[in-house]
Amino acid sequence: MFAVNVENLSRKFKDVLAVDNISFNVKAGELFGFLGPNGAGKTTTINMLSTLIRPGSGDARVMGFDIRKQRDQVRKSIGVVFQEPALDSRLTGRENLEFHAMMYSMKKSDRMARIKEVLELVELTNKAGKKVETYSGGMKRRLEIARGLMHRPEILFLDEPTIGLDSQTRRHIWDYIKKLNRETGITMMLTTHYMEEADYLCDRILIIDYGKIVALDTPSNLKNILGGDVVDLEIKGANGSCAPLAQEFEKLEWIKTVKEHECSLSLTMNSGETRIPQLVSIAAGRNIEISSINLHKPSLDDVFIHFTGKTIREQAN
Amino acid sequence: MAIYVMWLRDMKIFVRAPSRIIGSLVIPFLLLISLGLGLGKMAMPGLSADVGYLGFLVPGMAAMTILFTGMFSGLSVLWDRQYGFLKEIMVAPVSRVSIVIGRIASGASTGVIQTYLLIFVSIFIGFKLPSFFSLCFALVYMILMAFIFTSIGLIFASRMKDEQGFGLIMNFLVFPLLFLSGTFVPLNNFPGWMKIISYCNPLTYGVDGLRNTLLGSSLIPLPVSMGVMGVAAVLLIVLGSYFFETSEVI
Repeated sequence: MFAVNVENLSRKFKDVLAVDNISFNVKAGELFGFLGPNGAGKTTTINMLSTLIRPGSGDARVMGFDIRKQRDQVRKSIGVVFQEPALDSRLTGRENLEFHAMMYSMKKSDRMARIKEVLELVELTNKAGKKVETYSGGMKRRLEIARGLMHRPEILFLDEPTIGLDSQTRRHIWDYIKKLNRETGITMMLTTHYMEEADYLCDRILIIDYGKIVALDTPSNLKNILGGDVVDLEIKGANGSCAPLAQEFEKLEWIKTVKEHECSLSLTMNSGETRIPQLVSIAAGRNIEISSINLHKPSLDDVFIHFTGKTIREQAN
Repeated sequence: MAIYVMWLRDMKIFVRAPSRIIGSLVIPFLLLISLGLGLGKMAMPGLSADVGYLGFLVPGMAAMTILFTGMFSGLSVLWDRQYGFLKEIMVAPVSRVSIVIGRIASGASTGVIQTYLLIFVSIFIGFKLPSFFSLCFALVYMILMAFIFTSIGLIFASRMKDEQGFGLIMNFLVFPLLFLSGTFVPLNNFPGWMKIISYCNPLTYGVDGLRNTLLGSSLIPLPVSMGVMGVAAVLLIVLGSYFFETSEVI
């Protein structure tokens, strides 16, 4: 059984098709990412899966429960950390957690123990008695993660978990998320528009744009689609042509592509960082001086541009 | 359990804002001293001159307190939506009806507390407190009024996007309800068309019921006012639940 199973899910808002016929599965224990620009349909999808809004058409099951017909069972098995803070700032951190625990029918003794546990997990034990209005952005986010975990859900949805946070806090939150997934095996589904976040955290990434699925694979597979690392070489004093060196490189089977632009060459290969010494010695062997070398490892940025750039051109046609 | 949790949260917030509690008593109190003491020992229909306009007005001010407290309580769904907390409520495995009942219960609790405070304060300016039994009987009307107005507030909040509509609701609903009832003036004095409108207003029956229980005099027979309030309360609670259930969370 998949943790999340989505089939042909769509949702319209007035005239805008926010989510357009998407289908995918999330395996139990997976750290699954939804990557896309703002307005791509990520939050709408999470809102449908967490039963906050009704789906337009299509089906989805969360932990085996139907999101239309078995909403309360879905709600019991999920924890949600929303994009905008959903805390009551007039109450203390502890009171916010208590409210949540009682809404999820946790027994008193269990409540007390669990509150202590989750507060320790997110390192907010000392601040639990203070009103949430005194908390920083990072603290609020951590409290919300604690709250999402209170009732021990099987799956945790995180909608843009580090948006608006400074880089140090982001790193901390990334580490909590990874640690949580590793130690408890809880399935996690997060949405983000930050490439590094999806790359760093996720087992698999679904790239979404304009409500449609653009790609779905592991980060490394996605990056491999681009063919590998790119090494850019600037040749010194080649009098406008690096053709001889280019030809030499083309003969090598570990170099995938060679592009020539005046006095610079763009080579695609795997593990570029290990090949640079070879390139330098080949050039030296022909008395050609390389004036600069640039190694560019593909990022999801490139993947995204690769996919959506293509899509835009197709649409234009 | 959900009803209790929702109620508890609202009560905690209520208790933490004593300035708001006192603040909401200011207008009714000022009306009592300016109109009540100002118009003095006027003989009101069914009441001796000794009770005066002040005595006549106290139940009116009590009802006014519940009107405002109830409406604000129901409308607080708007703030929850704006500050995001509504999402936390709606994503919980809790029936929508219990959320509504919890809200209505806290609307009633806060309304009743404030109203008894007002009645207590009015003793200092000359209001004669009725028997303990009467005060308890008055509670029935207070609770029914609170149910009605909290539900009305909830209905509006369920369909409003933000607090922009607030002004409209105050001016075109709350104040007309307040003035087209027996709060300030005995209904007999109203021209025919105003009387008709007033008899369609639940506040009219609530004020009359409070006058009946606190002063022993009323225009509308007790069974009638209690019956109308009861039916209105049930109807509006059901409507409130429906509107809330079908409202947008975001």
